[in-house]
Amino acid sequence: MHTEELLLVTIVAEAIVEHRLVRDVAAAGARGWTVVDARGQGSRGVRADEFEGSNIRLETLVTPQVADRILEVLARDYFPRYAVVAWSTAANVVRPEKYA
Amino acid sequence: MDTWSLAAANLTSPPVLAFLLGLAATALKGDLRLPEPVYQLLSFYLLLGIGIKGGVALREAPAGDVLLPVLVTLALGIVIPLLAFVVLRFMTRLGPVDRGALAAHYGSTSLVTFTAAIVFLGAAGVSYEGFVTTLLAVLEVPAIVVGLMLAGRHAARSASWGESLQEILTSRSVLLLVGGLVLGFVTGTAGYAKVEPFFGGMFTGVLTLFLLEMGVIAARRLRDLPQAGFGLVAFAIAFPVVCGVMGIAGGLAAGLSTGGAAVLGVLAASASYIAAPAAVRLALPEANPGYYLTASLGITFPFNLIVGIPLYLAIAQALGG
Repeated sequence: MHTEELLLVTIVAEAIVEHRLVRDVAAAGARGWTVVDARGQGSRGVRADEFEGSNIRLETLVTPQVADRILEVLARDYFPRYAVVAWSTAANVVRPEKYA
Repeated sequence: MDTWSLAAANLTSPPVLAFLLGLAATALKGDLRLPEPVYQLLSFYLLLGIGIKGGVALREAPAGDVLLPVLVTLALGIVIPLLAFVVLRFMTRLGPVDRGALAAHYGSTSLVTFTAAIVFLGAAGVSYEGFVTTLLAVLEVPAIVVGLMLAGRHAARSASWGESLQEILTSRSVLLLVGGLVLGFVTGTAGYAKVEPFFGGMFTGVLTLFLLEMGVIAARRLRDLPQAGFGLVAFAIAFPVVCGVMGIAGGLAAGLSTGGAAVLGVLAASASYIAAPAAVRLALPEANPGYYLTASLGITFPFNLIVGIPLYLAIAQALGG
């Protein structure tokens, strides 16, 4: 099967920023994403909003350019203020045109 | 009932005992947390149920009886956060951003404390105006805006106002509560009769389960207590009592019954830990949740639940004669 390499960007964040995060990821050029509820522990222990859920994990398959834009937005608007971690890994996908 | 038997009745009621169980279990490192979806469902039930009952009562009440209490409540929603902002300056070393965040929390109100007060009054046989739920909805939002404005002048960057306000107004808690009020108002007594076994008969039981969860969450907050400092702890206990007296006096002046004034006292005394933290976290990320959540959820909520509610009723009875 022919595959092509893209990047899988994974973001774990406090649930309260979900709406903003999804909006910013879309604005950066991502065509789709998956969000699931998550649990865990990091350097920022306190969550502001137990009512709406603790953490989310967002994953999106994107081109390297889009991944760069997403990480730039995170570094500028999210990392200084909110409990957010993010990373990217290589992913081999079928139908690469779907994600770019 | 005299004050002591009221206090004893409150302390031995199933919801308060369940709260204490949640506290104790967490202190013993046990895990009594409900699964997340169940917790969400219970909060949906409480918000919608409270809203519907309030809406039904609002329809029955003459508009003239409601107007003055609503205006007094609005005034409380503006005065209390301003007062908190100033008082905190003398009682703590916190900066303006953290004081504004706390002002938003203490000006806004707590649905669960309100609900516990309603159940308590029902058990004690004290009557109150059913439309007090409207006052809960009125008090929830304005103080958050005032608190954000107080802090916003000092925040590192200007908060995105429109977005934050929209997020408050479309948050689950506000939508469910206000939506429930409308629903109850439209359906009226006849419509409510059909859902009464679910939203009325089971209400205290569901509240008991919910407070078990609240005990666990509050106990976790208490771990941040050393960070808060003595001044903030003193504030989290003394300030609600002052606000409670203001609410009771305002309620009596606006023509509410003794029970109704006690409820307004509870509303004024309680601090938000659902709507306000969400709004503050988004609009004022520089404010430290270790202060505002520990104070509102770790100290003020248990204080009001265990001591405050019977105390405010006793004060209302003393002032209202």
